[in-house]
Amino acid sequence: MATLSEHASKELLGRHGVPLAPERLAATAAEAADAADAVGYPVVAKLCGDAIAHKTERGLVRLGLGDADAVRAAATDLLAAATPDDGDVSVLVAPMVSGSRELIAGLSRDPQFGMTVMVGVGGILAEAVADVAIRLVPITRVDAEDMLDDLATQKLLGEFRGEPALDRQAMVDVLVGLSAAAEADPSIVSADLNPLIVVDGRPIAVDALVELEGAS
Amino acid sequence: VTADFRPTVEHYLALFEPRGVVVAGASTHPGKFGFVALHNILASGYPGRVFPTNREGGDILDVPALTDLDDVPPGEADLVFVCTPAATNPGLLRQAAERGIRAAFIASAGYGEAGEDGIRAQAELVELAAELDMLVVGPNGQGVVSTPARLCAQIVAPYPPPGRISVVSQSGNFVSSFENYARASGVGIARAVSCGNAAQVGVVDFLEFYAEDPETDVALAYVEGITDGRRFYERLRAVCEQMPVVLVKGGATSGGARAAASHTGSLATDDRVFDGMCRQAGAVRATTIEEAYEVAATFATQPLPKGPGVVVVSTAGGWGVVTADALSRTELDLLPMPADLKAELDTKLPPRWSRNNPIDLAGSETKDTIPDVLATATRHPDVDAVIFLGMGIQGNTAKMEREGPFYPDHGLERIVAFHERQEHRYAAAASELIDELHKPVLTATELATSEPDNAAVQGVVESGRYCYPSSNRAVGALARLWQYSRWRQRREE
Repeated sequence: MATLSEHASKELLGRHGVPLAPERLAATAAEAADAADAVGYPVVAKLCGDAIAHKTERGLVRLGLGDADAVRAAATDLLAAATPDDGDVSVLVAPMVSGSRELIAGLSRDPQFGMTVMVGVGGILAEAVADVAIRLVPITRVDAEDMLDDLATQKLLGEFRGEPALDRQAMVDVLVGLSAAAEADPSIVSADLNPLIVVDGRPIAVDALVELEGAS
Repeated sequence: VTADFRPTVEHYLALFEPRGVVVAGASTHPGKFGFVALHNILASGYPGRVFPTNREGGDILDVPALTDLDDVPPGEADLVFVCTPAATNPGLLRQAAERGIRAAFIASAGYGEAGEDGIRAQAELVELAAELDMLVVGPNGQGVVSTPARLCAQIVAPYPPPGRISVVSQSGNFVSSFENYARASGVGIARAVSCGNAAQVGVVDFLEFYAEDPETDVALAYVEGITDGRRFYERLRAVCEQMPVVLVKGGATSGGARAAASHTGSLATDDRVFDGMCRQAGAVRATTIEEAYEVAATFATQPLPKGPGVVVVSTAGGWGVVTADALSRTELDLLPMPADLKAELDTKLPPRWSRNNPIDLAGSETKDTIPDVLATATRHPDVDAVIFLGMGIQGNTAKMEREGPFYPDHGLERIVAFHERQEHRYAAAASELIDELHKPVLTATELATSEPDNAAVQGVVESGRYCYPSSNRAVGALARLWQYSRWRQRREE
């Protein structure tokens, strides 16, 4: 199995209708600053490559960069931190998104039922809470709405701490998009959108990881 | 079903509505399955001809046994119930096919559950059945019941009362369990079958027949393992589009899953995937055998609610309160009291009634109050379903008075008769409203289990409905009806 880089993962899923935040890939520190100017400050910069799966653990994510100088400095550091094992790398520049609610969504293969699509409550307590809903691919929009209804933590999906309610149709778009990607590309073994941060009610995938069949 | 042979409706009718039944391997020994199966067929009043076969001949249970299956008159039997050793069965099935028999239930063990030789014998059985154009159920199953045909061809008890629920189970003992619940509740069964090793046909094959069966309104299935998950899902969904399916799965926890894998030899799956599959397919999944029967009985005796709005009618405050709590834990709604309903009830009740939902009569009822309030609430256009609590109090008083030392003097005979008559009136009123308005009206009282001969409980049973042993159980069952109703509505929009 082979993993795709965050950027390639997002591109693949985005082609099937999964809504994503605007982001740019930069090869150099100067390009990174231009990209930040284009997507708007503050931004997050991450080192991106097919072989890089655990960015946070390796310190390859820089948050809350407020101007071009900060972006240039961060991009220089990140590119310098790449090791030969990382292969081809670049810097991913995306607008900083923040919200108090996180969801997760993804695809995985069940040994009996084949490809499934999942939605769940995200964040640091996600595993302990284990509030998820699963369906078999392909799903309809109605199936996706049912999935959201199945989540036990409905209060998290309504108005929350002064933030508007989750835009359910936007979340349905994410789930139906994942299902469409799995149908269109049978080589997908799994996909994770973790987390999807709810910004003004809209779920924004700030990280993505797709695994494909076959050698890299 | 194996690739090249699919039983048709005619095959299933040979099983469930046979013109006559052969019991192959009938025994004179009351401890043998071949005796019990014959006994149960005869004792339940099966009206068709019954042909026991036994090498020794003679009479078994006063029926002359045939020494050879070839002696069965052609066209007189459609079903053979097989209790003979596995090794003799291939020859026996060939003889049966010659006599025009289209269905076999194989109770014999010694197949897939019994090592490599058994697995080979089972594969050969399936091939032979296809060659003979025969439905073969089992092997290693406990039997088949069909109340429209008064057929009780099983090696276990009991024979259930007739009804609209049809059962299929991967575990034979749960067929008995469901039949026991049918007898206890009075809400009966149409067809019931244990698939045993499910060599030729399994749970979903029977579900597909039940969906086409005019005798069946709801299917009830017990499953442990599934071999082709994707195909199971697609077929289950097609059945659910026609008819509600209540499904209970053994092996939902990791400990249970290991037990199920060794019981059925199938692959364990993540239970959350199975759960999502059920919801997507429209199947209603129950957690326990008891809940499964109760939910199936609800589908069989109540119409589907068109929405989530529930009104609770109670003769005491506390019952209404805990029922409101139970409703808030489901996807049903405790309907906010409509102003016009409140105004209408004000004209019928003294001022101490709750003036809210739950409608608590607070002891203000006179002779006609309960049927009147029940009808008024159920008729209101915003009300999708009603839960009625407080049945049985009068009947319980009547019972104590009837059994006490003063009966029938001191006016007790008259008041006891009045109380019991009233309970029957309430039950009948609820039942008539269901038929008239096509809305669910559920009645609950713990007397359903503590005093099943209570006049109210008997009244509910006589009206053909299910009497819930608690309001939370009624709420749980109603919530599953709403789950299915909404699943259908969302897919019809």
